[in-house]
Parts: sequence; structure tokens; C-alpha cells
Amino acid sequence: MIAVEHREIALVDLLDRLLAGGVVITGDITLRIADVDLVRIDLNALISSVNAQVPSPWPEAEAP
Amino acid sequence: MTALRYVYAVCRPLSAPLQAQLTGVAGIPARQLEHHGLIAVLSLVPEEDFAEEPLKEHLEDLEWLTATARAHQNVVDALTGVTTPLPLRLGTVFRDDSGVRVMIEEREEDFRHALDRLEGRVEWGVKVYVEQEEEKEAVEERPAARPASGRDYLRQRRRRTAAHEQRGQKADEFAARLHEALSGYAEDARLHAPQNATLSGATGRNVLNASYLVPRSRSEEFVELVDRAEDDTPGVRVELTGPWAAYSFTGLTQGVA
Repeated sequence: MIAVEHREIALVDLLDRLLAGGVVITGDITLRIADVDLVRIDLNALISSVNAQVPSPWPEAEAP
Repeated sequence: MTALRYVYAVCRPLSAPLQAQLTGVAGIPARQLEHHGLIAVLSLVPEEDFAEEPLKEHLEDLEWLTATARAHQNVVDALTGVTTPLPLRLGTVFRDDSGVRVMIEEREEDFRHALDRLEGRVEWGVKVYVEQEEEKEAVEERPAARPASGRDYLRQRRRRTAAHEQRGQKADEFAARLHEALSGYAEDARLHAPQNATLSGATGRNVLNASYLVPRSRSEEFVELVDRAEDDTPGVRVELTGPWAAYSFTGLTQGVA
């Protein structure tokens, strides 16, 4: 059984699509968005540091 | 307080209205802005959180990022139920409605082509993990095979390493075969970078992290194909996510403006 649809979507799966995919719009009309690759790297560092400090890191269980 | 426009997606005019309480980022309802026969789905968001500097800071706050990504997905997912949306990247913010209109005008042709290409398609995510069993294996082997000599010990070690490598290789082959089969079935495929276990919290090594573009009408068969795949190789785990809006197939990742 592989069905995963009922489970809450993992943050990494979201970020693979929402930060790495989607239409990118740049220019005068948009506010310049943060460099997503940098965000990704910072996020890695952030999560490692969070993991190092506390065993059970972020409030993943928070349903929308 | 000035409100900025956070845009989730561009789509063709909806035949049914948006859910009255479709909540987007920062808990703010999503609304539509129609222009040139296309609609932008957006929320009016506070400048204090979504202007360039605060947004940049917020994006490094895991809790904020998680909530915002879920809210973004919530809106795009609701749209997927009623139309084929063209999702924008997380954190696309405009100063006002006129900025959104200009964006639509500038990219109108791109949007229409992409919307035609994606019409009726969804994205499925497939991940393959190889279960890492070294620890378990080490525990199992120890009582049966206490090495009698240094040479025995080395022999055992070699055997164990070889078994481990073999499993890794089998998993890689499995992943390659599966990707080929799924790509053959799907209209398009994208490989994402393997996920870091620290980030995902998943067990095992992620050897395939891919997205497939599949017509909604053929999705059931696609899911069955994935479902069956897992059975034929032990020590390998397959995970399916979706259906997603076609985030990985917008084909418009290069800024044109």
C-alpha cells in the first residue's frame, strides 16, 4: 500500500515544488524575492542546528 | 498599513466561484483578479511581513516558512479541484493590482501556452528509498560469526561491505528502471535532488526523487504502476505524493521580464 494522500504533506516535498518549481516572475513589477537557493541552504543549516539542540524539532503536526 | 499582492497562481477564468473561505498565506482569504481573459489568484498581504526585507527574514524562519508553504499549497490545491492552475513560485509579491495586471500582460502568451500544455494534467511525486540495514545486520551477524582470527574478521567485513554495496546498487538499478517505466507512461518527468534525511526525517537513503506529469484521466493507472513496483525488490521503499498542481512543469522558471 503506497497511498500517501491522507498523510500531511512533508515540508521537503512542498519545498521541492514551491521553491524549486512554479513560475518565476522577476522585474520592476514584483518585489525582488529572496534568492531561493540561498534560502534552501540556510534552511539546511537551520534544521541541522535545530536538530542538534532538541530531539523533536519543529511543529510538523500543525494541521492547516 | 499598505497591502501587497501575494499571487499563488494564474489560471483561466473559473466556471465555479472560489470557496468563500479559501484561506491563503497569513490566514488571509484568496481572491481573483481578472485581466485579459486570465485570472490571478491572490491575497492582500501586509507590507510589514511581505515586503522584500521582512519576507527574506521570514523565509529563514522554519515555522513561518512551513505555515506559508502549506497555505500556498492549500490555495493551489483548491484551484486544482476546479481548474488547471499555473502555480507561481512561493513568495511572488506585487505592489498593487496594477503590478499584477502588467505581469499578466507581459507574459500573456507564455501563460496561455503553458495553460494549454498543462490542461487536465497533474503532477505525481515518486520517491525511492533504500532501507539502511547496516545496524540491524551487524547485530544479527555478531552472535553467529565471532571471528576466529584476523583473517576471518576481514573476510566477514568484506562480505558485509559487499552485501551493502550490492543492495545499494540494486536499489539504484531499481530506481533507474522505475524512472524509465514511469517516464514512459507520463508525458513529462523531472528529477529533483535526492532529499536530505535530516530535512525529510525519512528513514533510508533517498535514491530517486522525481515528478511526473500525467493526464488526470490516466492517473489511476499511473498510481497502480507505482503501487506494483514496490513489490518486486526487497529492501526498497517507494513513496507516492500527489496529485499536485504541475509545479515542476511550468516550464517558465527563467525570469523573462
